[in-house]
Amino acid sequence: MNITLPFTDEIISQLHAGDRITISGTLYTARDAAHKRMTQQLCGGASLPFDPKGQTIYYAGPCPAKPGHVIGSCGPTTSGRMDAYTPALLDLGLKAMVGKGQRSKEVVDAMVRNHCVYLGAIGGAGALYSKCITSMEVIAYEDLGPESVKKLTVKDMPLTVIIDCRGNNLYDLAAK
Amino acid sequence: MKMIPVSTVVEAVRKMCMEANYFLCDDVRAAIECARGRESSPIGRDILKDLIKNADVAKEEEIPICQDTGMAVFFVRLGQEVQIEGGLLTDAINEGVRRGYSDGYLRKSVLSDPIRRENTGDNTPAVIHYEMIQGDRLEITFAPKGFGSENMSALKMLKPSDGLEGVKQFVLDTVRAAGSNPCPPIVVGVGIGGTMEKCACLAKYALTRNLGEKNPDPFYAQIEEELLAKINALGIGPQGFGGDTTALAVHVETFATHIAGLPCAVNINCHVTRHKKVVL
Repeated sequence: MNITLPFTDEIISQLHAGDRITISGTLYTARDAAHKRMTQQLCGGASLPFDPKGQTIYYAGPCPAKPGHVIGSCGPTTSGRMDAYTPALLDLGLKAMVGKGQRSKEVVDAMVRNHCVYLGAIGGAGALYSKCITSMEVIAYEDLGPESVKKLTVKDMPLTVIIDCRGNNLYDLAAK
Repeated sequence: MKMIPVSTVVEAVRKMCMEANYFLCDDVRAAIECARGRESSPIGRDILKDLIKNADVAKEEEIPICQDTGMAVFFVRLGQEVQIEGGLLTDAINEGVRRGYSDGYLRKSVLSDPIRRENTGDNTPAVIHYEMIQGDRLEITFAPKGFGSENMSALKMLKPSDGLEGVKQFVLDTVRAAGSNPCPPIVVGVGIGGTMEKCACLAKYALTRNLGEKNPDPFYAQIEEELLAKINALGIGPQGFGGDTTALAVHVETFATHIAGLPCAVNINCHVTRHKKVVL
């Protein structure tokens, strides 16, 4: 299935753990330090670098771009490190996350509650993913270097549905 | 005495940093291709195919195979008849890392302090393990370590009564708990013996061995083979999506230990498992 972002509730309903899809459109990178800072801003009543409502976060910290390139290698990082910060973002309307690895029960519960999806990118395939990215703009926390928040435009980015909006989990299905 | 100027070391390290990150090692590529032929899961076969494709793109464009270009880990074996000229060897290695990660557009992932967490901006300092050897050679092995897999590693001070079965169980438990996080198919470095810190170094050093090379001791070679079969029977598979290829290799390294102890360390590497050696 080819999906144009942003995700709608209807499209999310159609996705099942194990489906292989491609996505095109806008997503935002954020990883450890950016999540910590966003959470601090939320607690302090400040607004976030982007409105998470309806959006997709890619857990990634890319390499610098070589001259003439849009971005350097840009594969997923381990999502579980963001678990502590994620339910609050899902409750604010975040619709989808792209990463790799297991999520906590709290995250899955928040996904089901808010009708969200967790998508897997291939860990260690950063060179391939860099080819799907057509534009990149640092929108916040530039001082964090590779951990800054970046707005990406992607075209036909290949992903696998790991956890769907009903809480079905590809890793658990694979282990059976 | 053989003189090696620091500038030679700096340039060699600079080049290694880039090459190790751009070019998938031949032994690793061969292991992934071989696994692809055996893998029974269709999605697993697709993932292994994409990993080869990813390596081809990285090589062609000279960009990193993976964005986590790692913390720079070195094993240095310095011949006693070598004199380093013009500065400290450690400084030269760090300067090579600084230049390699900057000139090569590699990610700078190193923080100056684990709690205060500020990026040093140049991927230094490196982690360097030194060993003195005979002769006039300077051998530098570079194995940049990504932390998706490093975070899933573990060390346990087993009791002597736990024996070989305890070691095998600990390795399997560690790999099972790691699941999809370390980007399987993985390479598993196992250190057995020594003291606590020696054991961890053995596990790390085991990851620098070429895939396909067994432990020279047939006793441990057989254990490597058995552990690999048991790990692949866990069903985690490429990326944790299920399948027969959870690990590409298991490498065991051992050292003498104390009458009261049986330390065991498991260091996990992802499928990129970068390792490169130069001799100066």
